[in-house]
Amino acid sequence: MTTEIAEPASKVELPESVGGEIPSFEITLKVRRYNPEVSDEAYWDEWKLTMYGTDRVLDALHKVKWEHDGSVSFRRSCAHGVCGSDAMRINGRNRLACKTLLKDLDTSKPILVEPIKGLPVEKDLIVDMEPFFQSYREIMPFLVTKGHEPTKERLQSAEDRERFDDTTKCILCAACTSSCPVFWTDGQYFGPAAIVNAHRFIFDSRDDAGDMRLEILNDKEGVWRCRTTFNCSEACPRGIQVTKAISEVKQAILARSL
Amino acid sequence: MSTSTNEAHALEAPRSGRIAPRYTRNSSGGGNFEMFAWLFMRVSGVILVVLIFTHLFVNLVVGDGIHAVDFGFVAGKWASPLWQVWDLVMLWLAMLHGTNGVRTIINDYGDKKATRMWLKTVLYVATFVIIVLGTLVIFTFDPCVAGATAETLQEYCGA
Repeated sequence: MTTEIAEPASKVELPESVGGEIPSFEITLKVRRYNPEVSDEAYWDEWKLTMYGTDRVLDALHKVKWEHDGSVSFRRSCAHGVCGSDAMRINGRNRLACKTLLKDLDTSKPILVEPIKGLPVEKDLIVDMEPFFQSYREIMPFLVTKGHEPTKERLQSAEDRERFDDTTKCILCAACTSSCPVFWTDGQYFGPAAIVNAHRFIFDSRDDAGDMRLEILNDKEGVWRCRTTFNCSEACPRGIQVTKAISEVKQAILARSL
Repeated sequence: MSTSTNEAHALEAPRSGRIAPRYTRNSSGGGNFEMFAWLFMRVSGVILVVLIFTHLFVNLVVGDGIHAVDFGFVAGKWASPLWQVWDLVMLWLAMLHGTNGVRTIINDYGDKKATRMWLKTVLYVATFVIIVLGTLVIFTFDPCVAGATAETLQEYCGA
């Protein structure tokens, strides 16, 4: 009766035995520091740390904060890639610090950690996320329905659910929006994250406000500012095909208008 | 009753009002202009590929190729309504396509509103002048230049 379920092979090369020693290595962590109470100038701070093969960038930041310099500031909540608090620019790419293993980076060079770009930096790696959430609020990220409420749940076929499955994965970490060169310029663009979350409802068969969201995104600063540079798709820690979702919204607006 | 709905409408979004001013989106709407601009880029792009490559092929490859291009060659082409229309469509589409492209670049890279406004003004004036001049040349082109000597004049001028 009991069939053994094979564990998927791990990509991390660690010793088989539990008690085995995890390989350690030296890294240099360079963090972009900024404290408006002290100076208007940002500067680089660096630390040499001994880290292990199982450690992530977040662990290195923890080590710095807990053992070297308590003034280093960054956001993190769940530390397991779901809450979307610790998106930062690591070696020039937007990633979640809690999902980036140090051993996957080039440890021979300093590891550069900066706040995400395009949003006002408040301190060190903490940015003001309000403009980002404002765009999110504007696309009405909630179910809007017409008619009578069903007595039970709102049913949906598996195919209809599949239609917007990809964009349900968003964790609002802002890695995509803050990787977008159009957003960097003036912060007026709605940004990939807002469009992704609009997509999630526009293509939901249970929702009735698709037209309203399409109208909102037909704005001068809406989907038409997308230049399909694919920075957002590359930055997304959840692997959402962001640029594809934006294109689908563009097509939906066109189909509706023509 | 109405006051309660008004109050519901007046309810502010959480923590709204503390957004850095540079991020507040003041310009809403603009109609469908951006959508049509986007669509125009795609459609004109496809047409321009055909127009330009045929243009290049006819001018540079067919017959004597590049050595055939001179005043007479151009005059001969524009004697035909086909090439008049061809060049006119090419001029308009290429100019508008290019202008819209530069307009988006200015919008993407111009930091200040005033900078953008001035760059775009220069762009639109330049586009207008080139389109008007080009159109004028295509339609009013006279191969028989007044005061030209017999050698430089074309045979069909009857000089």
